[in-house]
Formats: sequence, C-alpha cells, structure tokens
Amino acid sequence: MAESAPPSRYAPGTHPDLPPPVRTTGPIAWAHQNLFSSPLNIFLTLAGLWLLYSIIPPLVEWAFIKSVWSAASRAECWDRMEVAEEAACWAFINRRFEFFVYGFYPEAERWRVNLCFVMMILAIFPVLYDRMPGRRHWFWYVAAFPFLAGWLLVGGFGLAPVGTDDFGGFMLTLVIGVTGISFSLPIGIALALGRTSDLPVLRMLCVLFIEFIRGVPLIALLFVASTMLNYFLPPGTTFDLLMRVLIMVTLFSSAYIAEVVRGGLQGIPKGQVEAADSLGLSYWKAQRLIILPQALKISIPGIVNTFIGLYKDTTLVLIIGLLDPLGIGRSSLADSAWAGLAREMYLFIAVFFFLCCFGMSRYSLYLERKLDTGYGR
Amino acid sequence: MKNISHAIIGAVALAFGLVASAGAGTLEDVQARGELNCIVSTGLQGFAAPNDEGVWEGFDIDFCRATAAAVLGDANAIKAVTATGKTRFTKLNAGEGDVLWRNTTITFVRDVDVPLRFHGVNYYDGQGFMARKDLGVMSAAELDGASVCIQTGTTTELNLADYFRSNGMSYEAVTIEDNAEARENYQAGRCDVYTTDASGLAATRATFPDPDAHVILPEIISKEPLGPATRHGDDQWSDIVTWVLNATVTAEEKGVTSANVDDMMGSNDPEVLRLLGVEGNLGGMFGLNADWAYQIIKQVGNYGEIFERNIGVNTPIGLPRGLNALWTDGGLQYSPPFR
Repeated sequence: MAESAPPSRYAPGTHPDLPPPVRTTGPIAWAHQNLFSSPLNIFLTLAGLWLLYSIIPPLVEWAFIKSVWSAASRAECWDRMEVAEEAACWAFINRRFEFFVYGFYPEAERWRVNLCFVMMILAIFPVLYDRMPGRRHWFWYVAAFPFLAGWLLVGGFGLAPVGTDDFGGFMLTLVIGVTGISFSLPIGIALALGRTSDLPVLRMLCVLFIEFIRGVPLIALLFVASTMLNYFLPPGTTFDLLMRVLIMVTLFSSAYIAEVVRGGLQGIPKGQVEAADSLGLSYWKAQRLIILPQALKISIPGIVNTFIGLYKDTTLVLIIGLLDPLGIGRSSLADSAWAGLAREMYLFIAVFFFLCCFGMSRYSLYLERKLDTGYGR
Repeated sequence: MKNISHAIIGAVALAFGLVASAGAGTLEDVQARGELNCIVSTGLQGFAAPNDEGVWEGFDIDFCRATAAAVLGDANAIKAVTATGKTRFTKLNAGEGDVLWRNTTITFVRDVDVPLRFHGVNYYDGQGFMARKDLGVMSAAELDGASVCIQTGTTTELNLADYFRSNGMSYEAVTIEDNAEARENYQAGRCDVYTTDASGLAATRATFPDPDAHVILPEIISKEPLGPATRHGDDQWSDIVTWVLNATVTAEEKGVTSANVDDMMGSNDPEVLRLLGVEGNLGGMFGLNADWAYQIIKQVGNYGEIFERNIGVNTPIGLPRGLNALWTDGGLQYSPPFR
C-alpha cells in the first residue's frame, strides 16, 4: 500500500492522535523532571550518585566478591584472603547457621521445631488471606495451633521433654514474637473496650493497667520477670523463665495495642453507636458487627507498628541471659575460633530482622488497600 | 489469703508443668536431677563460649564439668545456665543454678552482702593496658594524656580513674559497651589504649590480624581474683565445690594427670592415694563416692591441664601461667592438704 502524504488540514475532530513530544515522556523526560529539574536537584542527584558509587562497590566487594564462605576458623578465613580482614568471613555464619536457628535445641529433636514452623505458616495463612477455600474450618486448626506448638516444642505426653532454657536463636525470636503478637491483639482490644466502657470500676482498672505498663520500660519489666518474681512466688518454686518473659512481653505490647485501638474507636462517629443502639443491638453485637470492624481497620498502621516494635524488642531478652540471635552471635564471638567477626554477625542478624519486619509492613499495606472503602486520605 | 494466692499460683504453674521444686540439700537435688545447673557467662573468650555445635567450652566450663564429674560421675551432665553480669547473683540465689563458675571477682560486698559463699580462686586476674607498639609506650606510667577505651559500668572504670589520679596523670575516656565494640574502636584508632582484665586483653589481641603489633603493658593496676560461688546455707555443697577446685590443684602438684591417673592408683604417695580414694574414703565424708576426685582428673584433668587447654600459651589466647602457677613454681595456686 502506498504511503499517502498526510493531509495538511483535518476536519474538526478527525486529527489522529500523535505521540507525545519526546521531551515530555520516556526515561529522559523522567530523569529531567525528577533528577535534574533545578540546580539544587542536579547537585543532589550528583551527590547521591557519588555516595552510592563510594558505598556500593566496596560493600559488594566486601560482602560478596572477596568474601570467604567456608573455613573452619577466623584464622583460616583470613589466610584465604589476600589481605587479612579485608572482606567478610561468612564461614562464621555458615558453620554456625543451625546454632543461630535452633540455639541449644537438641539435634535429634529439631524436626519438631521445623514441623512447628511449617504448622505456623499453615496457621498464619488462613488468618492473613481471606480468599482461602474452607477458611472457616481452618480456624479450628488456628485456634489449636498455639497449644500444639507448645506441646511440640516443650515436649511431654509422648515426646521427649526439652527445657525452655534450650531454646535460642531465631526460633526463640519467633516463639516470643509470635506469642506476643497473637496474644496481645485480643488482650489489647479488650483493654481498649474496657477503657472506653461506661463501667467505672472496669474503666479504672484498664486505665491503671495501661498507664502502668506504658510508664515502665520493657527492660525493667524483663528484669522484674527474671529476678523479682522469684521473691513473690512461694519459696522453693521456680517459674519457667521463658514463660515469665512471654507474659511480660505480651502484657507490654497489649497496653500499646490498647491505646492504638482506642484511637481507632475514637475515630468512629458517635452516630454509629447510636444507630446500633436504635437497631436494638446489644453492646457486644454492636461492637462486633459495627464498631470494631471499622475501628480496627483504621488502626491497622498503628497495630502493625506496635507489632514490629515488639518483634524487634525481643532482642532485649539478651540482657536477662536468654540467647536470642543476638545473644547467640555475641556468645559465638567469644569462641576463640571466631572472635573478631562482629560485623558479619550483626549484618546477618540485621538482614533477618529486616526481612521479617519488612514483610509485616508490606502485609499491612496490602491489608489497608484491600479494606480501603474510599474514606482514606 | 497469702497462702491461697500462693496455692493458686502454684496450681497454675503446675498446670503448665513448669514448677521445679527445690528440696533440702543441693547435692540431693543435683543427684536426683542427674544434671548440674551451672551458671556461666553468656560468652567470654577462653572462659565460656559455645563451639560450632552449640556445646559450651572454656576454662569455667571445665570446672563445671569437674564439679559434675565429682557429683554425678559424668562430666558431660551439665546444663549451662547463661547469666549476664547483672543477673548472675539473683539467678544463683533464686536457685536457677547450683553453682556459679562465671569468672566472678571475689569482693567483700559480694561475699557478705549479696550474699554468696566463695570457694577459692581458680584464676588470678588483674586489670592491664594494651597499646600499639608504634605508640612507643613501654609502661603505663607513660600514658599521660592518652585516650583510653573503657567499658562502662565496670570496676575497671573506677580502677582506671584511681590509677591515673594517684599518678597525677590525665586521660580521655572513650566509653564502650562490650569487648567486640572495644576491639573495633581500638583497631580504628579511636583510642590509644584499651584497658580491661589482662586475660581479656590477651584474648582480644589474639583476634587481631597483626597481634605482634600490639603490646600488653607490664603494669597490673587491680586485683581480680576470680572464683566459684554458691548460695549461703548449704555447707555440704559449699565444701564439695571448694574441694573440687582443690582437687584439681593438688592433682597438678602431685603430677596426677588425666593420662596417668590410672597408674597413679598404685602410687607410693599416701596423699595421692587419699585423693584418688584408694586409701580411706574422703568422698564419703561429704556424700560423694570414694572415686570423686579420680573422676574429675580422669574426665576433665588437673588444674594445669584445664588451664593449658583453654587459655594457656598454646591456645589462641596464649596466657602465661603467671600468678596462676603452682606455689611451688612461684605462683599463687595452693591447695590445702587432702588429709
């Protein structure tokens, strides 16, 4: 078909769509608009590039290119480098990976931890993902999971018992984090409802509890759990240390959750409560069907924020002598074979915590988008 | 009312299967449990650290194992109860551990007021200084105006201030939280000198790529006698811990080692025979088997073996015996007789 020259004139409304001018679209325009739009921006872009250039290549070289992945000790690691200590010695993490994951959990019983982990994923999935088929039936399993997990990890009733003082590493972080998160949400909601309740005694108790817990640092509570509690308990009994820590961590974060949820409750117009009342709904029905679904939705960012904080705070148990990943890492640094590799250890643990916390924050964004009904700003 | 609440707490705790009841004597408890709960550090190079398999090793751990060998006949029947410097004494007094081998300095207040019972010294330590060789300093007296890396909240901080003041010198403190941080700071040159216990200095120096470029100054500015501790109120158990330590020292003095202990059963030295339980029954006097010391030496070794294995000159830490040599070699390790 022969190309016909485009007509120089068009009847109104018949002009074909032309591609946008080159300078307003595509990567060049994007860069022009976002990176080089003004002298200040040009300067900032160049400074940023220079910073990246001076950080990334040495970091990649240190962490990947020149690093040593298998060796029996720090000395051997450094022997394999051109200059000792010029790059990361990941052999340290590599050799001790299982130790970092399971702590002192007996080797023969570690399948229980693995099974528990798989079960945890299976339990979390139906909670987080509402389009899962047969979700209603799964909830029975979810409700039973904490008890099953407790039984699997601690043993007894047919399984070899494992003391909680053998727990350590990432497994300990998950135990504390998941227990704290899953128990503090319901307790926190109950406290928030109590604090906004019309019953004066209940309200006072909730206010007292929340303000007391929020007024005390977590580390102080952990010290109380680890040292003071022994004086309150009847003489001759010792109450499992991990159990004490779990209780303290749960109480601590539930007080914060309560305040976050209360903020959500206050964001619900009074008309909603009155509408529920005029429909003849009981208090619990009104909360369950009308108030809480809306209040929790607007509290999601705050709740997840508290959870992320709690998850990272689990490293504080180090101070009372429980060996979470940080504790495992620090005690590993005391082994003469590996001493001096603090950077590798801290980086490894930072990556683990970042992945967990970033995952939580991404999920909360997804949840917000899914529940968005158009009122958000 | 109090009883009721105690009963409720107890019932709840029992329901969780979490109550461990402590009976009258620590020895009976340990033997019934079949395991010695030993309070140790959360990690101190050469003294207590987990190896790649997660098994605790070190100088203090070996004394835990010696205690277990004496009491249970099995050096591996220990459980390491980790405690930080802040929680160690409460853990001991709350009964979470049977004995504390956690390089703890014996002081008046700890002995009398905490209260603890100390059982002799398994390591004589003292605070020292480490500096780069190219600094040209050969004595701590030349440190006027130096910047010093020092761990906060420790007795070393106070000793340092005392030492510089009494010598009319000034210093600039670079406070750090733990040994790993000190290492990084010292290596990056943020301080001229690092001060902590001499054993810690040697351990830290061993981790440098260039250990020979650093010198540990000869001055020791404090006394840090490290030893085991137990609770007040159980004299039988206290005696056992005391004599476990003494048995390792006597064994070294008499030349009994883990290698030759079986031959030594036929020794001509009556004290060796009493120690090993061939003659008399010293062990029976505090409720142990006659071969309690034999088990210690056979399974763990004498004092010198424990020292050389964990912190001696052939280990990465490379500490000389120094004050910890036997009294016959000019040191301070001296055991009362087994008689």
